This record gives sequence, C-alpha cells and structure tokens, in this order.
Amino acid sequence: MRIFDPHIHMTSRTTDDYRRMAAAGVRAVVEPAFWLGQPRTNPGSFADYFDSLLGWEPYRAGLFGIRHHATIALNPKEANDPRCRPVLDLLPRYLDKDGVVAVGEIGYDSMTPEEDDAFARQLALAIEHDLPALVHTPHRDKARGTRRTLDVAAESGIPPGRVLVDHLNELTVEIVKESGCWMGFSIYPETKMSPPRMVEILRRHGPERVLVNSAADWGHSDPLLTLETARAMLDAGFDADDVDRVMWSNPVEFFGQSGRLDLSGADQPEPAFQGSSILRGGS
Amino acid sequence: MDAYGLLDVLGQDWVTEARAEVARRPGAIGRHFASAGRRAGRAPLDGAPGWRADEAARALLLAALPPEDLTERVAVLYAEGTADEKLAVLKALPLLPVGAEAVLLLRDAIRTNDARLLRAALGPSARHLDQAAWRQAVLKCVFTGVPLDGVHGLDERADAELAVMLAGLAGERAAAGRAVPADAAALLDRLTQQKEARCASSTRTST
Repeated sequence: MRIFDPHIHMTSRTTDDYRRMAAAGVRAVVEPAFWLGQPRTNPGSFADYFDSLLGWEPYRAGLFGIRHHATIALNPKEANDPRCRPVLDLLPRYLDKDGVVAVGEIGYDSMTPEEDDAFARQLALAIEHDLPALVHTPHRDKARGTRRTLDVAAESGIPPGRVLVDHLNELTVEIVKESGCWMGFSIYPETKMSPPRMVEILRRHGPERVLVNSAADWGHSDPLLTLETARAMLDAGFDADDVDRVMWSNPVEFFGQSGRLDLSGADQPEPAFQGSSILRGGS
Repeated sequence: MDAYGLLDVLGQDWVTEARAEVARRPGAIGRHFASAGRRAGRAPLDGAPGWRADEAARALLLAALPPEDLTERVAVLYAEGTADEKLAVLKALPLLPVGAEAVLLLRDAIRTNDARLLRAALGPSARHLDQAAWRQAVLKCVFTGVPLDGVHGLDERADAELAVMLAGLAGERAAAGRAVPADAAALLDRLTQQKEARCASSTRTST
C-alpha cells in the first residue's frame, strides 16, 4: 500500500517517526506551514521556519525514501499579530520555489477582520503564483466558519478545483462537496475525525475529491492514522483501488495542479550517504 | 568544465534566454533561479559528471550575472535558497569570479547537517578555508559518513594535525566496537606512513 500524507507537520516529529512512516508505506508528504505552539514575534522567525520546510525537512525525509513538499503561508492564528503581518511581504519569493505545491494553511481561526484580510490577500497570491490553496477550517464555530471560508474563496476567483478545505467532519462535508472544492479530513486519536467515522463518510459521499491526512504535529496525534484509516476502509469492503485513490491518487491530482510535485524516486532512500549521522543517531 | 561546456551539455533553450535576461537585468535571476528545478528537471547530466540538470541550470544563471554586485547577489541567493538552491550555488562557485568572500557560504554549508552541502563545500573553492576549518570539515565528513572522494586536493592538504584528529576518532570508534569508513582509514594510513618516512629521514640526517 502506498500512502501520500497531504498534511503533516514533520518539523514537530522525530526521525523515528520518518522511519515508522516509511515502513508503513508513506512515500510522500506535504507539510503545510502553520503555527508552532509558541507564538512567533517577528518575520525572521518565519523565514527560518519556511527555509527549514524547503531545506532540512525534505533532506531528512529523503533519507527515508519519503518525498517531502511544503505549502507556505501566514497562518490564520498569527495573522492576528501585528508583529507577524510583514510575513505577507516575504511570501512572494517563497511561492516561486520548486518545493512549494500550494499556498497554505490559510483561512480562519477566530474569524477576525485581520484574518479576513490575510485570507483574501493570500488567495490572490495563490492565483498570481499559479498555485492551489490549502485552507484550514476553524475548530470553533466550525460550520459557520466553513461557510464563510467557501464564500471568501469563491469571491477571490480561484477555481474551486484548486482549493482544498481541510479538517472537515460530518457537519461540514456536504457544503464543501457541493462547492466543488476538495475535501480534507484529519484523522486524530481523539478529536477531529476517527478512522471508523471516516469510513462512514466515505461510504456516504464516495472517494471523489476526498483526501485523508494525519495532520500530526506537536499535539496528541499519530502519523500512522492514515494507514489505520486505509485498513479500516478495506475491512469495511472498499477495494484496493478505492484505498489507493484516497491515499495516493487524490493528493497527487490535487497538488499536481501546482506543476511542482516531484515524485521521482518516491520509494528510493537517498543512495549517496547511507551512513549519514541522522540515520545513525549522531549529530 | 566551464560555463560554455555546461550550457552545451544541458542544451535547454530557456536557460540561454534566461541568461540573456539576467545579463541585462540582474534582478530577474530570482524567479528563474527558484523555478529551475521544475523547468530543467533533476536528471543527472550524462556529459557533465557530478551535475544534475537543475544544478547546471542554476549555475549557468549565476554565471550570467554581471560582475558588479555579483558576490552580494550570490550570497543573497544562497542565504534565501532551498537546499537544492544552496547546493547549486556551492557547485557553481568555481565557475564564478568570487574569491575569498565565498568563505562565509562554505562555513554555513559545513555547519549544516545536510551531507550534500558539506560535500559540495569541500570542492575546489575550499582552498579559501583556513587549515583549521578545512580539517574540521574533513573530519565531519568522516563522522557523518560523507565519502572523501569529493574532497578536492585531499592528499595535498591533509597534514599531521588531521592525522591526529582522525586517529582520535578511530580510537573512539574502536572503543565503541565500530570502525571509521574505509576511505578514512586509508587516509590515516597514508598520513601515518608519511610521518614515519619523515621521521626515518630526519633520523638519518641527524646521525
């Protein structure tokens, strides 16, 4: 089974996670820029973070035969901090880069005017840089937040087929499906979405335009819940093609719209330096 | 291989056009440099051993920059670069009229834990590194498993102090039941033999 995790914050995960993910069949990941738990206080802090998403992380992933791409944006939460707003001016040079396959995560956290502005400006940047958009939906007031997300996306002029609306559940899936946007589901150990609930949603709505991710980060999360969901699909009677569509072909199709997805050698560990110290545990 | 040879082997028209634009308007290099991977591809170049297509395209863009401000522009592209972009800058250094100013880039690359950058920093431009920094970089190659065949002029520059450092690492490894890579053990052997030969000759002279 091949797995493409379209939303995982590897910066917060250990090298041991990469090893377990590779063994479980994860061959490609997309790491969206988000917040880090500790608020940042200046744009330089973001630049170092973005550089890491395009430098160190792809290298670290490559050592385990996992292809790593990123999405870049000022996240909704920190868009509210005036000290972080100048990050918007840094974005154009990052959005030109090869490893960047979407603008994201953008969208709403608390639905403030500052978030409205950052969301609209970054949707415009997605259009300008010919990139899809990865849109986070709020954890509080989710249904109304998702509705507003779809309205703002439609208003921007970006085609719905180039928008992935993430962290959906039973109450938000329908309106996103109707909008023509792609539907993302984050499988978490306790919150957001579970494998059995995900299977039920797939049964009801089908696998078209559906992406499943672990959204694993520094919180209580598990990078192997994509695999567990795939197994739950098989147990529930979905065939291997359905599983492959959700776990591989759909993310490839969505992020492939960037023209920057490079999956060559997606199952080959970097051959040159097998003794490299991060594999061995040195420094 | 010089820039013209590389251009010939790469054989991509867009690079020729982008180089002309960069020569006229150096500020145009940013977007070309950032998108070179998806435009050129990443396949190894048959006619240019050690070069991938994207690296060659980026090196050729850098080589098209006018000499004024070249060092500053190269430094910014490196500083703001992805790992692939940084690697291309390091590989391009021998093709560019950048002198000792390259040291800051080399030192940055050597500080990273990206084996590709470390290896690239020890190419011909490493002549600008002082001996202490160069020895530490070579030792880091051994420590992190980067093959020494990429170290430019290894035997000419390896000295008695490097031999002491390699012997120390080999001793630590032996204590842990591990070996140093074969190329490092071989280098240590050569350095030890040279030292013994020198000692023998100085003993003969003194008696």
